[in-house]
Amino acid sequence: MMYAAIVFLPLLGALIAGFGRHALGDKGSQWVTCTGLGIAALLSWYGFFEVAVVGNPTTVTLFTWVASGDLQFDWALKIDTLTAVMLIVVTTISFMVHIYSVGYMHHDPSVPRFMAYLSLFTFTMLMLVTADNLVQMFFGWEGVGLASYLLIGFWHEKPSANAAAIKAFVVNRVGDFGFSLGIFGVFVVFGTVGLDTIFAAAPQYADYMVTFFGVEWHAMTILCVLLFIGAMGKSAQLGLHTWLPDAMEGPTPVSALIHAATMVTAGVFMVARLSPLFVLSDTAMAIVTIVGASTAFFAATIGCVQNDIKRVIAYSTCSQLGYMFFALGVGAFGTGVFHLMTHAFFKALLFLGAGSVIHAMSDEQDMRRMGGIWKMVPWTYGFMWIGSWALMGLPPFSGYFSKDMILEVAFAADTGVGHYAFWLGIAAAAMTAFYSTRLILMTFHGKPRANEHVMGHVHESPWIMLAPLVVLALGAMIAGGVGAELFIGEGREHFWGEAVKDMAVTEHAHHVPGWVKLLPLVVTAAGIFLGWVFYSAKPKWPVRLAEAQPGIYTFLLNKWYFDELYDRIFIKPAFALGRAFWRGGDGALIDGIGPDGVASLTRSIAARFGRMQSGFLYHYAFAMIIGVAGIVTWFMVTSAGH
Amino acid sequence: MTDLPLLLTSITFLPLVGVLFILTVRGDEAHVARNSRLAAMWVTLCTFALSLVLWFGFDPTVGGFQFTEKWEWLPEYGINYQMGVDGISVLFVLLATMLTPLCILSSWSAITKRVKEYMIAFLILETMMVGMFCALDFVVFYIFFEAVLIPMFLIIGIWGGTRRVYAAFKFFLYTLAGSVLMLLALLTMAVQAGTTDIPSLMAYHFSPALQTWLWLAMFASFAVKVPMWPVHTWLPDAHVEAPTAGSVILAGVLLKMGAYGFLRFSIPMLPIASADFAPFIFTLSIIAVIYTSLVALVQEDMKKLIAYSSIAHMAFVTAGIFAMNQQAVEGAIFQMLSHGVVSAALFLCVGVVYDRLHTREIARYGGLANNMPRYALFFMLFTMASVGLPGTAGFVGEFMIMLGVFKASSWVAFFIAIGAILGAAYMLYLYRRVIFGKLEKEDLKALLDLSPREVAIFAPLIVLTLWMGIYPSSFLDFMHASVGDLVSNYQTALVAAGKLPAEALALAQR
Repeated sequence: MMYAAIVFLPLLGALIAGFGRHALGDKGSQWVTCTGLGIAALLSWYGFFEVAVVGNPTTVTLFTWVASGDLQFDWALKIDTLTAVMLIVVTTISFMVHIYSVGYMHHDPSVPRFMAYLSLFTFTMLMLVTADNLVQMFFGWEGVGLASYLLIGFWHEKPSANAAAIKAFVVNRVGDFGFSLGIFGVFVVFGTVGLDTIFAAAPQYADYMVTFFGVEWHAMTILCVLLFIGAMGKSAQLGLHTWLPDAMEGPTPVSALIHAATMVTAGVFMVARLSPLFVLSDTAMAIVTIVGASTAFFAATIGCVQNDIKRVIAYSTCSQLGYMFFALGVGAFGTGVFHLMTHAFFKALLFLGAGSVIHAMSDEQDMRRMGGIWKMVPWTYGFMWIGSWALMGLPPFSGYFSKDMILEVAFAADTGVGHYAFWLGIAAAAMTAFYSTRLILMTFHGKPRANEHVMGHVHESPWIMLAPLVVLALGAMIAGGVGAELFIGEGREHFWGEAVKDMAVTEHAHHVPGWVKLLPLVVTAAGIFLGWVFYSAKPKWPVRLAEAQPGIYTFLLNKWYFDELYDRIFIKPAFALGRAFWRGGDGALIDGIGPDGVASLTRSIAARFGRMQSGFLYHYAFAMIIGVAGIVTWFMVTSAGH
Repeated sequence: MTDLPLLLTSITFLPLVGVLFILTVRGDEAHVARNSRLAAMWVTLCTFALSLVLWFGFDPTVGGFQFTEKWEWLPEYGINYQMGVDGISVLFVLLATMLTPLCILSSWSAITKRVKEYMIAFLILETMMVGMFCALDFVVFYIFFEAVLIPMFLIIGIWGGTRRVYAAFKFFLYTLAGSVLMLLALLTMAVQAGTTDIPSLMAYHFSPALQTWLWLAMFASFAVKVPMWPVHTWLPDAHVEAPTAGSVILAGVLLKMGAYGFLRFSIPMLPIASADFAPFIFTLSIIAVIYTSLVALVQEDMKKLIAYSSIAHMAFVTAGIFAMNQQAVEGAIFQMLSHGVVSAALFLCVGVVYDRLHTREIARYGGLANNMPRYALFFMLFTMASVGLPGTAGFVGEFMIMLGVFKASSWVAFFIAIGAILGAAYMLYLYRRVIFGKLEKEDLKALLDLSPREVAIFAPLIVLTLWMGIYPSSFLDFMHASVGDLVSNYQTALVAAGKLPAEALALAQR
């Protein structure tokens, strides 16, 4: 009952705010949705202690969804430690974002719609994390896709926002394509889509072979790879990441909630949830590690040269998700989820802080037109530093505990892909420190580069926007230290219970050589120093560097040309093919030979017989009569023979 | 409850009573128009109410035909007037009786010329549709199956758009070719089996060689009706020229005739040929899904776009039917029902703006979210149902089909799943161009949001879309027994013919 309330209160809030928007007005819709989320968040914390700390996992079945032959699945809420962690992350951050939005969106003409979408998103995300079968997970999965689509395109008069919204939905659909094939495969192998049954049966299938697509595969490998394609789409991993930076077209609270803290972590959640399957396939785990490490590195390189404050943070999200994935890939599922949790706090803080800056700068997002405002927005400035420190992984902020642990488990895995991940992770850590420092210095320090009009309006945000930042800043400061013991420390076995299959690598990670523990701090310090040199001490250097290496610079600035590549090989050909099929296939070929060809033939024949009649009904009725006459004749002839 | 001998006949022919009534209406034009509308509305509502007896009275635990009735017609040729429904057909009857009153309501102010004749055409159309799904004799079926097209021709040809004659002509040519061949198949089967009784024909074993020819002859007719690629080109033209209500019935019910034919005739009567031709159907379905989805992407006419999307959705259905396992076939039937609701709703959505601006050109619209928020919301819901968002009707069928097809052939599932990606692309692209963007054109600014009458049309469709998506068991429960029988009979026939190892029997029914 309590768990049902957590999940459905946001839905209720969304429906009331959405449909009662005329009766409730802006204020009413804000109260309804915030109250719903507030209660859900409180209950989630209670549930967290009940399930994760005390240890009472449970499943609440609501009602049947589909039953057809062996295919049976329900609407149900599965609450174990993993879900409980996700519940507190999702509801807490969503609650903060709701409150923040009250201040941030107060100029907007469609406040109730915005609040309703936020709550709708929260509902679908909660359905995703509480799924007890793959199809309900898919419901949440596509549901968050819908909410994300609606919120990216919230300002639907902006063409760029609409394009970004469609892109997000369609690119996610590509991932979902893999996810759905994975579900079908799981059903063929296991005969069910229920998670508990699958996990119970999984060990028996460790060496099972199966033939899909005409090839004989190791069953767990092909299933996990297909499912992982879905995770790549949702979590914006290399290749399917292109939608995430564009998603910054949405209002900033949306970026904080969906495109940083919660929805994009769905892929991480999915892999952690399906850990009993993934551990059975070394190949799939290696793929997860390689994709994660590559993304961590790739996104960080782009983050170093972007000028839009939100895009920098977006690429940093992409990069951090890569960290989470390679932690999962080496078998440290608890560590990956731990970073998911700490990251949610500091990334939401960074985004909402950025929103506060954008708010102060009269909706300016380009850091080249900021600078020199730190004294005018002292609170925001402080919060941005806290978020950045946590992101860089400086002790004692929460990122330190989780990110260092990730690098340590990668090293401790002691495999080829583990080392690949470790070294790319180190390089990405250096770049993270660099771009975070760059972001702070460009945004707040130096000479003001905005015009006087904008500078005259710079102001600190109201308390309703700062209060959520305080909570998130607290989380960014202490969540890592407090959670470490439970998530990755001695208490982890009791804490996780049966929820994830953590492997021995977590234990090994506590015994890595000293230099492995030290190296991340060293490269982070170097990154900070370089950032300071480039953007404070010697501001001419980055310009000169860019001029000296124009190739690399434009390559990074244009995001490795992924968008251009996809446009060439997918989008343009799709439209061209569509046109060719339409005009050439349907028009010239099929109609030309078929009806139009027959028609012109008929016309020339008909011309000889003169005009028979003009009505088509006549033609048709005539054919019918001949048909009926045919039947009767036939029967008479055949029956006469008897 | 199966002892209601006249129920199906009553549902079928009740609309004709309305026709008689409308024919007696005299007076000036406005008076006739108003009374025709009212009469048609009442009769179709009564028909729907009567058909609800099927919903409550149907026994889902029984696989065979229910509410059966039989009268001698031409006994010396083994032809009887025979009606009955099973778990495959019963919901189509309800779909037809539910959509017809909505069509009448949507034509309330859109049709101003020859209202009386229009309403008569619709009532006859309803009789033919319902009769087709209830018929248990091949000859009776054939008559309904072909006669249903006559009122449709008239609706397109008289109340249609500017190129209505071309569209009706195309429709005619395609269907004529198919009907002639089906007639031949019908005659051959009747001679062979000595009866035209459908249950007896299902039990009769045609020789494999004959099955091939019969299958091809029926395929010619059913493929056109579905429509399958490459005999689909009549559909976009017919939709574009048809009035809104015509499109609703065409997409909602008439497109299901072909697929229903496969389920009722090809698979149970010709199982060996069906198994042989399944790869052929899969190939055509894959081509249709990808080809028509890409074509839909570049359409400039709203109705054409949705027409092409219908072809893609029906290709899912044909793939599902020929995968022949419990999930795929139930999924195919469910997809037909959900497509009946969702595509009908989408055509009504087009009708809403067409009634206001009299153009279907996508580029003429844009920014309607600003002055028609309720319309934007409804359109969004149906768009999402069309792209198969879980929680809406569109998802369940599509998912079950793909899952069932995956069991039969993972490659086929792979390719039709690509259709789900493309579906999202073309529908969202359409939605964006019509609903989003700046509201700049002067004539668009004057458009009013949905009237209460329009909301009343959409309301049942919205309820159904969500109901079917969230609690599909209400509908799937009708199908289990009949589909189970269909699948097991099919497998048994294949095993008997040595086409399948015996152990496959148990596997397919999982």
